[in-house]
Amino acid sequence: MATNTINPEDLQPHKKVKFLAEAKRQPFLLISSALLLIYGIIFYYVPVLGWVTAFQDYKPAVGFIKSKWVGFAKFQKLFENKTFFLAFRNTLCMGVINLVFHFVTAIAFALLLNEVRLIFAKKFIQTISYMPHFLSWIIVTAIVRDILASDGIVNEFLMNVCGNDKAIDFFAVKGYFWWIVAFANVWKETGWNAIIYLAAITAIDPCLYEAADMDGATRFQKMWYITLPSLRPTIMILLLINIGNVLNAGFELQYILGNDVISDVSKILDVFILDWGISQFDFSLGTAAGIFKSVIALILVCLGNWTAKKTGDERLF
Amino acid sequence: MKIKKYGPGDIIFEICLILFMVIFLVVTLYPIVNTLAISFNDGFDTITHRIHFIPHMFTTDNYKAVFAKEGYRMGAVNTVLRTVLGTLISLVVNAILAYVISRKRFLFKKSFSLFWVITMYVNGGLIPTYITFQKLHLTNNFLVYIIPGAVSAFNMLVIRNYMNGIPDSLEESAQIDGAGYFKIFYSIISPLCKPVYATIALFVAVYQWNAWFDAMLYNKMHDELTVLQYELMKQLQTAMKSAGSVEGLKNGGTTITPTSIRAAATICTMVPILFVYPFLQRYFVTGLTIGGVKE
Repeated sequence: MATNTINPEDLQPHKKVKFLAEAKRQPFLLISSALLLIYGIIFYYVPVLGWVTAFQDYKPAVGFIKSKWVGFAKFQKLFENKTFFLAFRNTLCMGVINLVFHFVTAIAFALLLNEVRLIFAKKFIQTISYMPHFLSWIIVTAIVRDILASDGIVNEFLMNVCGNDKAIDFFAVKGYFWWIVAFANVWKETGWNAIIYLAAITAIDPCLYEAADMDGATRFQKMWYITLPSLRPTIMILLLINIGNVLNAGFELQYILGNDVISDVSKILDVFILDWGISQFDFSLGTAAGIFKSVIALILVCLGNWTAKKTGDERLF
Repeated sequence: MKIKKYGPGDIIFEICLILFMVIFLVVTLYPIVNTLAISFNDGFDTITHRIHFIPHMFTTDNYKAVFAKEGYRMGAVNTVLRTVLGTLISLVVNAILAYVISRKRFLFKKSFSLFWVITMYVNGGLIPTYITFQKLHLTNNFLVYIIPGAVSAFNMLVIRNYMNGIPDSLEESAQIDGAGYFKIFYSIISPLCKPVYATIALFVAVYQWNAWFDAMLYNKMHDELTVLQYELMKQLQTAMKSAGSVEGLKNGGTTITPTSIRAAATICTMVPILFVYPFLQRYFVTGLTIGGVKE
């Protein structure tokens, strides 16, 4: 009796057969994904294998296989290096300052621009506001250098209007550098960063403003109590995404404007890696510093993701 | 609702707003207008007179000097080449990748997506990448500008998000009519993706136009592979070293100074982008909002 019963599962094609049938239908997908896989392995995954050099005394002429293994000696050398410690501190501090300024200025600018009622003026200001985003960091660095030079506009202003009797050499005082970097970032990116908030503002329910009008709210009150709180989810998501980027504190400003006098505060990890890895040919030490940076960045990303999960905001990945 | 009353608070707010926007515009525009003025001003005159918004002694010699410089000419050729080729290749490859990953029936959808998302968070870093490129003979090679950065997981995700918004029924009906996956990509999905393609093309083109680090790192030894921004950067570094002095001045009686030539070169590299971006605004605004955030 049992032999006559038809098992419904037997009617379904076998899993393997189904897989092959499906594979036959998508040659384009399979071939292009195979090519892209090879590309990805070569350009993204093979360099990660290069991390082994951090545990070797790597000599380019000798190669990966024959270079001497030294365990964590390179990391030890790294952590004993005072410049490395300073570079890490500078990167982190500049990254955090940039992050804070990035958010405060972008949100403030979006809120204020939203209050401009002449549509033409609003469009014009917005178009101008993200123009600096399209300029290269080299150009921005040159601009920063020029306006802060001893004969630059800032010194001219300070001497003529504020009554300073001597030009300030901004690139010879340690206390200024981080704020110069922060200001350059604000100048370049505020308008661009505000785009996403301006888009979010257009999605706010107009009823809220009408109700506030009924209650006699001023424009500032509407901005503060309606627009800003409505942006909270957007702000949270962007904040969490950007936490992973804290260690990318820029490069050109620090690399070009940094000099021996202020190198204690201007040197960042990327410049440190370039100095040791490329200029001094200590590939292993450079790689070790790179790994350190990657690991910290990954921890920050996970932290951001974990916080997002906890607070109930959308996850990043 | 129609009749609005303005209290004193509103008026103060309005004045502060206008003041803020005016200052904002001046601070944003001043450096660029100033560079423009210096670029059209006699080099020696720039040192003796302070130039702010308009040139004092008008001349176009600075531009002539830029165009006469071998480095800038080579740099311009390479920059244009890498921008055009790099943008085209990157767009095609990212679009195909996004298309493959967004197909519901693609057999390795999950694992292949993960493969690319990982690349966003883990990378070899400067030195291992340098060694890899050296082994691949990409150093001292023009291709290093185009091939390594062609696929970017971030750009791919922006396109994928857009493709995910296209109804599946379009693909299904095309399949019933006998279209293969390539045909669907080429004639159905891609025409619908034009806005997001424009966004990504803009992002990549701006990146390529402004890139200089790869020229310094990989192609330093080959002057014929230089790019515009790297030439600017070299000039800037010289300017930093001889800060305050007027040494570069005595150029055989001409009145072109490093400062004035740098200003002219800066304007030359800015102009193409500044003329293009206002017309692409709607694309990057929509692109940013679909794709999340792009630094």
